[in-house]
This record gives sequence, C-alpha cells and structure tokens, in this order.
Amino acid sequence: MTGINRTELAARIAADIPVGAYVNLGIGAPTLVADHLPAERNITLHTENGMLGMGPAAEGDEIDPDLINAGKIPVTELPGASYFHHADSFGMMRGGHLDVCVLGAFQVSVGGDLANWHTGAPDAIPAVGGAMDLAIGAKSVWVMMDLLTREGVSKLVEACSYPLTGVGCVNRVYTDRAVFAVGRNGASVIEAFGDTTLDELRELTGLALTE
Amino acid sequence: MLSKLTPTVADALADIPDGATIMIGGFGRAGQPVELIDQLLVQGATNLTVINNNAGNGDTGLAALLAAGRVSKIVCSFPRQTDSHVFDGLYRAGKIELELVPQGNLAERIRAAGAGIGAFFTPTGFGTTLAEGKETREIGGRNYVLEYPIRADYALISAYRADQLGNLTYRKTSRNFGPVMAAAADVTVAQVDRVVGLGELDPESVITPGIFVSRVVEIGDRAWLAGADVTVEPEGAEA
Repeated sequence: MTGINRTELAARIAADIPVGAYVNLGIGAPTLVADHLPAERNITLHTENGMLGMGPAAEGDEIDPDLINAGKIPVTELPGASYFHHADSFGMMRGGHLDVCVLGAFQVSVGGDLANWHTGAPDAIPAVGGAMDLAIGAKSVWVMMDLLTREGVSKLVEACSYPLTGVGCVNRVYTDRAVFAVGRNGASVIEAFGDTTLDELRELTGLALTE
Repeated sequence: MLSKLTPTVADALADIPDGATIMIGGFGRAGQPVELIDQLLVQGATNLTVINNNAGNGDTGLAALLAAGRVSKIVCSFPRQTDSHVFDGLYRAGKIELELVPQGNLAERIRAAGAGIGAFFTPTGFGTTLAEGKETREIGGRNYVLEYPIRADYALISAYRADQLGNLTYRKTSRNFGPVMAAAADVTVAQVDRVVGLGELDPESVITPGIFVSRVVEIGDRAWLAGADVTVEPEGAEA
C-alpha cells in the first residue's frame, strides 16, 4: 500500500480550497498548505491573533516583533492586509465568516468530533489556546493528519478517547492514505491515494467506511 | 486641560493593592507591556490574580512575577510552553490556581465586561471538559455554553502612540488584547512608545478612545523593535 507525503498532502488540501476563500491554517503541519496557494487564486489567510492578509514568514530585515502569527512566528503582511483586536478576530471565526480552517489532530471520530488539545495524561499541564475556537470557527473545518500513529493505531476512530476539542465540527479529514468525509452520516472515502483500496482502509481503521 | 500622562511607570502602578485582579495585554512578545510588568515586580503587590493569554516565558517579565510568589491565580488560554518552567513548577506544586479559558472565550468574556454584558452563550467549548458544570442551551439547533464576563481592577497594556487624553493607536498584531482589556478594568494603564500632541492622532485612526484609559506612560521607542531578540517560540497542538 502506498500513500503521499506531507508536502503532497498540503498541495492536495490547497487544491480543494476555493478561489477567493478566507482561510485559517492551524499551527504545525497545516501551515504547509500556505506554500501551495498561488496569488492568482486570491486566497486570504487569517491569523487569529488579529490579522487578515498574512504573507509568508518574515526573514532577515523583514522581521518585525509587532508582526507575528498565531504560532508566534514573525510573518509579513500582503497588500490589502488588515489588523483587528482579539475579540473581533475570534468573532470573525465564531460568526462563521471564514470559509475554511485546516487543523491538526490527535483523533477525529466518524461523526466529526475533534480531539487535538490534550492527550488526557493526568500529569499534563493543560493548554488550549485557540483550539476550541478554531474547531467551530469556519464554514468548513478540515483536519490534516497521518492516518495512523507511529504505533500503527488509526487516528480516525469510532469515538475519540482523548478529551474533545469540539463536537461534530469536522467535515473532512486529509491523511497520507486517503481523504475522508466525516459527519452525521459517518465516514466515507472521498479519495484513496496510490494503490490504497477501500478494504485496506477498512482494515487499518477498523471502521465501516463507505465509498 | 485634562491629562492622563503619568511621568513614570512607578507612578502609574503605585496604588495597586495586594489581592488586585490585573489584566496584562499581549500575545507573545507583541503587545506585551514589558516595562509595566517589570514595575509590577518592583512595586510589591502580592496575592494577585493575573489575566493574560499565557503564563509567562523564560525567567523574566510575568514569569519573574510568578517566581516571586506574587500571583495566586492566573486566568489564561495557553500556560504550557517550551519555556514556561516557572509556571509549570508552581502548578505542579499546587502553588498557583489556574482557570483555563479557550482564547476566543477569554477575549469575548473580557469584551463583555467592558461592554456591560451580563453573560453570553457561545458554541466554543460545548461538549468539552472546559464546559463541565456550565449552563448550556440549544438555540436554533446549535448548542451553546453560558460564559460570564471577566473584569479587572487594573489593565496593563501596550500601545504605539497616545495623546494626553489617552486615545491610543496600536501597531500591527500588537493590538491583540489591548482594546478589550482597556475597557474591562477600573484603572487602565497604557505604556506607549511615544506621546504625541493633542490633535496629532487622526481621530479616524484612534483604536482605543481615551475614555477607556486612565493613565499613559511614555517609555520611548522599543529597542527590540529594531529586530534584536525576537522570540520565535511556537505554541499550539503539534498534532
């Protein structure tokens, strides 16, 4: 069985983002999606610390400590950028004004529940940041993750065992093996990568996936 | 003529009593009122409740205040970071109380306090451990959690320019919590790079109107804006 690598997956996600969309890319792997959004597609990136029209990471003389993204990385501004305070920024998300949000995850359930903020370990210091806001913060919420953990356990599950970030909030799951739709009707396979088959995906996940 | 200009950070924070609730602006280094936080350490008030997005980094600023045992409770969204060892130690030792609030709920609860809202229903956090014990309601087919305002005795914020009436402008993403915190505290202290003459701020560009600001301290252009010592510490789920 074959799959695709992270760069290819980022490009695959980018290809699904509609022209002209307002998009928030979560911290970690989802930021790679930005490398595959050419200017002519007119996609505007939102960063929840208070900016629309975010440009690429800042380098050298471009670095300005007053201009950072949600991951606290120095970034640049594009022509047409705007700044706003935190309550407006999260209101923009909560109010359903963003078209797409792409997030990482520990687990996603077939019903669209998301777990990505806490492993549930009793000695872990909890930290949530904007994870719960992002989970419900766009018209479409997509997850980008490996299908399996390093131990070979499926991260697409019947029900999340980790503490939830949001309930029924994820629409689509992009993995290295396949793209899945999740939600009220359960999980189905939108596209399998390489020579991956539906039966293999059912075996790997232990789920009754549909086509 | 009314003037909120205060000569030094020491004057601006002199009356903070023990047990005060204090909002501190900033997200990462952007918008952090560095000089005011340092003065809070010097000033000596203790048993403080601090409201901030994070719980201190490294050994300076808010982390130093925590290390000095001056903070009994912190309300924040993201305490755990790679260099939050001071908070981590206090939390594990049971020496500091934590109220963990999703970032958008934190911002909106602060905004609500400043806007006179009694409470509000938000979808953020519904069905999670952070909503346990809270009132919920289904409205229009969607589930919401009841959240209450967060106010403070003092707000310490950082802005870019001010006039003597306390009108403020900000710079880029350093705006973050400043405008909502300014409105949510009994006394708001703004440190600014420069104070300009009355009439020099374009009224159309004022972000925080002076009515929300009690005291203004000019600290001069920030040396680190030149690019020195830039924090690039990522935070967030590395899933």
